[in-house]
Amino acid sequence: MWEAIRANRRRSTWLMLAMGVVLLSLGASIGILAVSWRGEPTIDDQLIGAFFGVLVGIATWIGSWIYSAVDGDRAILRSVGAREIEKKDHPRLWNVVEEMSIAAGMNGMPRVYVIDDSAPNAFAVGRSPDKSSVAFTSTLLRTLTRDELQGVAAHEIGHIVNEDIRFMTQAAVLVGGVELLSRFFIRVGPFAGGGRRSSSGGRSKDGGGGGVAILMAVAFVVAILSPIVIRMLYYACSRTREYLADASAAQFTRYPEGLASALEKVVVHQRTSAVGELNGAVAPLYIVNPLEATKLSAYSSTHPPTDSRVRILRAMGGGASFVDYEAAVKKIEGDRLRLPALELAARTGERLATREADPNQDPFEAVKRARAAIDLIDSFAGFTPILCLCGLRVKTPPESTASHVGCPRCGRVLDVPKPETEQQEERQSLPSTSGTEDGQQHYTRATGDWEAFSCNCGQTIQLGAGYPLDYTICAKCDRRIEITPAS
Amino acid sequence: MSVLLIFFLAFAAIVAVVVFWAIGAYNGLVALRQIVRNGWAQIDVQLKRRYDLIPNLVETVKGYATHEQETLEKVVQARGAAVNASGPAAQGKAEGALGQALGKLMLLVEQYPDLKANQNFLALQEELTSTENKVGYARQAYNDSVMAYNTTIATVPTSLIANTFGFGAEEYFEITIAAEREAPKVSFN
Repeated sequence: MWEAIRANRRRSTWLMLAMGVVLLSLGASIGILAVSWRGEPTIDDQLIGAFFGVLVGIATWIGSWIYSAVDGDRAILRSVGAREIEKKDHPRLWNVVEEMSIAAGMNGMPRVYVIDDSAPNAFAVGRSPDKSSVAFTSTLLRTLTRDELQGVAAHEIGHIVNEDIRFMTQAAVLVGGVELLSRFFIRVGPFAGGGRRSSSGGRSKDGGGGGVAILMAVAFVVAILSPIVIRMLYYACSRTREYLADASAAQFTRYPEGLASALEKVVVHQRTSAVGELNGAVAPLYIVNPLEATKLSAYSSTHPPTDSRVRILRAMGGGASFVDYEAAVKKIEGDRLRLPALELAARTGERLATREADPNQDPFEAVKRARAAIDLIDSFAGFTPILCLCGLRVKTPPESTASHVGCPRCGRVLDVPKPETEQQEERQSLPSTSGTEDGQQHYTRATGDWEAFSCNCGQTIQLGAGYPLDYTICAKCDRRIEITPAS
Repeated sequence: MSVLLIFFLAFAAIVAVVVFWAIGAYNGLVALRQIVRNGWAQIDVQLKRRYDLIPNLVETVKGYATHEQETLEKVVQARGAAVNASGPAAQGKAEGALGQALGKLMLLVEQYPDLKANQNFLALQEELTSTENKVGYARQAYNDSVMAYNTTIATVPTSLIANTFGFGAEEYFEITIAAEREAPKVSFN
């Protein structure tokens, strides 16, 4: 664990240096080219150009660094419309984040933000573990169970304690700097300069023409390649960091299945629903790349394929430590994937056993999941879903031409919607509750059988044949509704 | 003469490297021990939180489950014993007993549907679940840090530094009763 953090830090330093070198050599190249495209340059002119170019590079670096240090994380949070919450706004989320901060041995906990978005996702930002923030989308909070939410929170806390967030912010700044400079280069360079340079061959007064031409060619290549190189560096290190954060999450929660099943849910949601409005620019920060469904090239991807991450988490064989994660990586990916920081941490670590699943979990979670999967397959196959009053979902095959269908559970006759109206769920008007003076809702059952009615808040409530209590609690607004049995 | 000088310089260089390494190793050990101590303090914080929550819980349950005085008294007693316990081993045992008493209480709650429908109680229950988790995770973080620390002071070459400067092994925080994590359940049906 601590070894992994130290190795991560060393690696970050090297990567920052490499990225800094790319930025500065781009600056130098632009300097050389700027000099070379204006008249007859000597090697000395070019070196002076390079020197000033490097100065411009350093200035860009410092400028964007100051910007990110002053306002970086808040700017990111603002750009995705995140708002900070307190414990009373969402006690479960707050508790889960606090639990994981404790498991990670942090001093205090990060600030918690919620983003209203239709895509389930989460990310962490900040300059240091003490000044960090985690953000979750509202859809994520709705979709995940407590165990899954805990897995996601642990992954984000993993990014924080592994010092990924600081590195990613700094790296993002450097990428921004390089892009700024290369845009500048396109302005002043050969594409914009036109026919300024009349004499050919770059021949200079003191006869060092070969050197001048070579330097120019090198500068040109560097200027073209550096934005690509820096992005590849950025993405490559962001990918290995995802695996490390997953390993940390497994260790903190002692329950790799939580994160695995959360990742699976997020990906399924992404593939089947409309893409939310999450900002593509902060893509490397998210737990699952929000653009994964549309990206094809493995090299431009900011995250490792989620399939691979899920399979590794599930191959940990009852263990939860870095040792177990490392063994699982070997089993799933073999030699294709090398994670030096992880290997180092695994060498001195010990195996740790996983814990039991959350006993408060909804017992119908597995059934709900299976249903969602079947609905998904059926909708691909062209089946039309119809929701019956009794709560049963009736599906008609695409080749069916019938205009009505009988519900197999309650026998009601249902209209089949026209094929043009896109697979909309047929919602017939439901009986509603009757209110009393003190705001109490009341519902009198019509039959002793399956039936459904709507709460004042619009939530559909279903009662089974043998419902034993004389009240129910609305799942949406938490209001109590008295029930009188059918006479 | 110059050979002697080279030998001397090489010797000096080796000594310098060893000294720098020793300083680094010592600082590393101090940092690890600090993490262990912070971990212990964190457990205390979470346990305190749990003790504060229990009277609240007992009050809420009392109003509904009037026939369960005995179980409630056991919880209160176990809480008192846990508050007064000192040292990782004794505290671990007392915590185990308290956890078991709480588990029984939550099992008993199953028989009182009115209590389970009480909003106040539901909120308390999320708090209690989370507090139990927090105690567990604080303990886990503490034990993880003890493991890292104990491994470091026991392996060569850092063990030399540890022995010289008297870094002793730390104690794990174990809860002695294994079945104690009987977590509360809620179900509407």
